[in-house]
Amino acid sequence: MLDKITEIVHVYTDNQTLAVTEQTTFTDLGLDSLDTVELLMKIEDEFSVRIEMTEDIQSVGDIISVIEKLQ
Amino acid sequence: MLMGDLGCNRVVVTGLGCVSPIGNDVKVFWQNLIAGKHGFGEITKFDAAGLRTTIAAEVKDFHPEDYIDKSDIRKTDLYAQYALAAAAQAIEDSGIIDRIEPHRIGVYVGSGTGGISTFISETCKMMSVGPDRISPFFIPMMIANMASALIAMKYNARGPNLPVVSACATSTHSIGEAFRAIKYGHADAIIAGGAEASINPLALGGFINCMALSTSNDPDNSSIPFDNRRSGFVLGEGAGILVLENYEHALRRNADIYCEICGYGNTCDAYHITAPHPEAIGGAEMIRLAMDESGLQGDENLYINPHGTSTPMNDKAETRAIKRVFGDIAYRIPISSTKSMTGHMLGAAGGIEAIAAVKVLETGMIPPTLGYQEPDPDCDLDYVPNTARKQDINKALSISLGFGGHNAGIVFCQ
Repeated sequence: MLDKITEIVHVYTDNQTLAVTEQTTFTDLGLDSLDTVELLMKIEDEFSVRIEMTEDIQSVGDIISVIEKLQ
Repeated sequence: MLMGDLGCNRVVVTGLGCVSPIGNDVKVFWQNLIAGKHGFGEITKFDAAGLRTTIAAEVKDFHPEDYIDKSDIRKTDLYAQYALAAAAQAIEDSGIIDRIEPHRIGVYVGSGTGGISTFISETCKMMSVGPDRISPFFIPMMIANMASALIAMKYNARGPNLPVVSACATSTHSIGEAFRAIKYGHADAIIAGGAEASINPLALGGFINCMALSTSNDPDNSSIPFDNRRSGFVLGEGAGILVLENYEHALRRNADIYCEICGYGNTCDAYHITAPHPEAIGGAEMIRLAMDESGLQGDENLYINPHGTSTPMNDKAETRAIKRVFGDIAYRIPISSTKSMTGHMLGAAGGIEAIAAVKVLETGMIPPTLGYQEPDPDCDLDYVPNTARKQDINKALSISLGFGGHNAGIVFCQ
C-alpha cells in the first residue's frame, strides 16, 4: 500500500525522488490543506474507500491505518 | 513627452509580455503582426465537427512549465497560466523586481470568463459522480480574480490589486485604472492587462448562439474587420500584460521606457446587453474623455488600434464613434484592427492591442488590417489594408468595447 500511496503522492509534489515513509507528514510533503483534501480524494478513489477528514490524519502512516481499518 | 497634470505623476510603460495565437512572446507576436500572418485554423482543443463554427485562433506550443512550478500547473486554470506567462515576460522586460518596495507595486490583471474550462470539467464531474467529488481547487481555479492574485503572490506585489471583469473591455479598463492609480500616487508600478482561455464547447456554443461569431470557416476570410463581407469575430485566447510605472521611479532606476500613457476614458452605452449603441454615443464620449485627458489632438500622427471585432454592428458603430470625435480629421488617421490576425482574445484583447499600440510608437510601423477586400460604405476610414505601413506616429489610441456596453480607451504617447 505504501508503494501505491508513494506513487500518488509523487503526482502532487515537484520532488519526484522524495523518499516517502509511513512517518512522512503532509507538512514534509509541502502540502497545504487544499492539497491534502485533493490527495485524500485521489486515495479514496484508488482504494475505493471514504476517509473521514480529521485532524488526526497528518502522515502517510495515518492514511494507511485508516484505510486498513476500512477495508 | 507631455507634462502630467499639476501634482500628478506621469506614467510610463516599462515592460511588455504576451501569449497569443501568433506568438508566445512580444518579439514573435510583433514580427507576425507586421508580416501579416494570422493565427486562425481548425479548432484542435476539442472536436468541433458539425458545429456552425469550426475555427478559432488558438495559442500554439504553450509550455506552462516554462513559467509555473509543475505541482502548481494542475491547480491553475489555463487562463491564469497564460497570465502568469505574460506577466513573467513583462516583469523581466521591465527589470523592476527587487527595484521597488513590495507595497508600491500592484497587479491589475482581469479576465472576461475566468476559469471557464475548469467550470466545465467540474460540472461534468458533478453530473457523473456528484458534488462530493468536486476538486478543492475548483473555486480558486475558476474565479476570474485568481490570475491577479497568483501574479501578486509570485512577485510579492503587495500594493493595490484589482482584477477587472468587463468582458472584452477588461484589459483596457485594467490598464486605464492602473494608469490612474499610479497617476494619483497609489502605487509606483502596476502589472496590468488581462488573460483569457475560453476556446471550449461551452463558450463556443454560447458565442455562436448569440450570433457574435463569423459565419465563415475560411481562416483567410473570417475575421475581416471593416470589410463589407464581415459576419462576426473569431475566438482567440492568450494574455497581454504591461508594466506601468511612475515616470520618476523609472528614471531613478534607469529603466528602459517604451512610451508614456497619458489618457483614459471609461463610459457605458447603457443600452443593450450585447449590441453597441447604433449612434455610438457612449463610445464617442469615451474616446473624447481619453483624448481630453491626454491633451492631444487627432491627426495623421495618431494611430488607432480599434476594437474592430469584425461583427457587422461593432465595426460600423465604432467607425461612427471615431468620426463623431474627430470629424473630417478621422479620414487622415490610420486605423488597423489586429484582431484580423489574433482573433478576438476577449478579456485579453485590450492587453495584446495595447502592446501593439506601444510597438507602433516604438517602431513607426503600423500592422495591417488583414483580409480586407470589399469596402463597406458605413466603414470608410483608413484601415491600413493588408500590408504594414511605415508612418510617423507619435501617439496611439487603443479602444475596447465590451458586452454590456462597456467602453474603454487608453492613449499612449512618445
